[in-house]
Amino acid sequence: MNKITAQFENKNPLVTYISGGDPSLEMTEKLIYKLQAEGVDIIELGIPFSDPLADGPVIQEASQRALKAGTTLKKLIAKVNQIQDQVEVPLVLMGYYNSVLNYGEKEFARDISEAGISGVIIPDLPVDEKAELSEHLADYGISQIMLVTPNTSDQRLKEITAKSSGFLYCVAHLGTTGDDKQGVYPGLENYLQRVRKTAGDLPLGLGFGIDGPEKVKKIIDYPDGIIIGSALIKAIQTGNTEAEMLDNAGEFVSNIKQAMIEEN
Amino acid sequence: MSRGYFEEFGGRFVPETLMPALDELEEVYLELKDDPKFINQLKSLLADYSGRPTSLYYAEQLTKHYGGAKIYLKREDLNHTGAHKINNTLGQILLAKKMGKKRIIAETGAGQHGVATATVAARFNLDCEIYMGAEDIERQALNVYKMEMLGAEVIPVTSGTQTLKDATNEAIRDWVTNVEDTHYIIGSVVGPHPYPEMVRDFQRIIGDETKRQIKEKEGRLPDYILACVGGGSNAMGIFYPFVEDKEVKLVGIEASGKGIDSGQHAATLTAGRVGVLHGSKSYLLQDDGGQIIPAYSISAGLDYPGVGPEHSYLKTIERVDYQSATDMEAVAAFKLLSEKEGIIPALESSHALSYLEKLAPELDQDQIIVVNLSGRGDKDINNFKKIREAEKDE
Repeated sequence: MNKITAQFENKNPLVTYISGGDPSLEMTEKLIYKLQAEGVDIIELGIPFSDPLADGPVIQEASQRALKAGTTLKKLIAKVNQIQDQVEVPLVLMGYYNSVLNYGEKEFARDISEAGISGVIIPDLPVDEKAELSEHLADYGISQIMLVTPNTSDQRLKEITAKSSGFLYCVAHLGTTGDDKQGVYPGLENYLQRVRKTAGDLPLGLGFGIDGPEKVKKIIDYPDGIIIGSALIKAIQTGNTEAEMLDNAGEFVSNIKQAMIEEN
Repeated sequence: MSRGYFEEFGGRFVPETLMPALDELEEVYLELKDDPKFINQLKSLLADYSGRPTSLYYAEQLTKHYGGAKIYLKREDLNHTGAHKINNTLGQILLAKKMGKKRIIAETGAGQHGVATATVAARFNLDCEIYMGAEDIERQALNVYKMEMLGAEVIPVTSGTQTLKDATNEAIRDWVTNVEDTHYIIGSVVGPHPYPEMVRDFQRIIGDETKRQIKEKEGRLPDYILACVGGGSNAMGIFYPFVEDKEVKLVGIEASGKGIDSGQHAATLTAGRVGVLHGSKSYLLQDDGGQIIPAYSISAGLDYPGVGPEHSYLKTIERVDYQSATDMEAVAAFKLLSEKEGIIPALESSHALSYLEKLAPELDQDQIIVVNLSGRGDKDINNFKKIREAEKDE
């Protein structure tokens, strides 16, 4: 079983997203240690991009901070490579296709494999686009985590689940990341039931707009794992110093974990 | 269904949320495209509402000035709303109605596409919101007033470089969120399939008319056709019907701003590399790390770091020659046409006109050049005033 799917064995994993290099790669390293110490099960690292069109303002700004600090995909991979022995949880890179295309699809798969990265999420690379990337990722045993949305047809669900590995990223509602204005997702239970029928054994991760413990309690019964990005970044950003930021991250995660346990 | 590629360029690189909308759009478009009722409705709107066919005008004074080839101007500036953009928005608003959408969104750079969208949204009674970079709002104030007058809401975009690229990002984010009741009218031959193909088909009327008109006037096809290229819709529109006519040389003129070497330009095909932006694979201005480099041009309509995928294809097969013109060259052409012909061109179109300086004197007097005059320049008057004042100060 691959390292990502293993995290779904006998538990509902918490997946968190931070932007790589926000505000520096040193801070990203510290945050990774902090998050895994607090019990995060899978960590997504965002590849900063100038035009992140699937992201809301929080991740856009995080991306900008990372770029301002000079973060590149190359440096991000090198950083992960350097710290891989200290990282116990699976790491997943999430970013836009242009970053990968520019890096070289084969080189990307090779280098992230050497860095010990377990999976990749590319939100603007739908299943229909016959990118070479999928083959290269498969060659190196790296999971390609695909996304489905509430308006994805059954036919597309089949194609997407057939190609997705690690888990299936179920986007909770129509919108960008961090968009929580819809409150509780309408029809969530039916949506995930429909997906599960097609996905079979592939675990379902739910993300987009999960903004805190209260929301977690309302949705935790339906997916196999939950994914939080913008809300965590917002919490980190309220800190004025590095120490405060790390504390905030820890506190945020422990509150979420608590909510997950209480409901189960 | 075709996957929407022009060889390696094009595709659909968008979030999964948009896939059903793109499928629906493609389906409805393919269905209506050959439907006589739709064709007639669009035809009569183009004729009676927008004033087509636009004329093909022999620019005698400009021809004399250069003393070379005969110069014709395809007068897209005479369209309702003052540019070619309405050819596309009329087509797309009919599709939106057919799909039962309640709301229209669009991005705009110079504001021409925004005005053309707000216009058809008013005419067909749909809610309309236009995303426009905060910097462009400043540069193109007149068009902002027009859009508001037409009942559209203009949403300033303050992310990134605050220009067309960022307005497009915001429009896509809006569409992802409101995809069920909203149609996104993309203004150029860019974006995910089916947009590049569909917008080209709505714009090809420029080239179809030109072909008929030049045959009537000259009994033959032109030797050259010139058009400016930002995203590339006016150029695709006039080029497309001539692509198979190998004797007609097609030249696309990009904006080289303060010069290619200055790094401040929008010459995507001249100085870019292949990548993915706004849903399709095409040439892009990007740095070594794959970050999009902000484009620069004096003209807000050309200030875009990408280009339509079909242009990338036409470049690769060397069917179209892509050149560039600087801000100063465009400004000189803007002045010249105003003075010689009494026609104030858009700064965008002035880039195409400026290439006459290099080309026209080199050709014989029996040769023919057609320039696509894609829009009129009222919107640029303020901008031009500033340039004049700056020149005086020097």
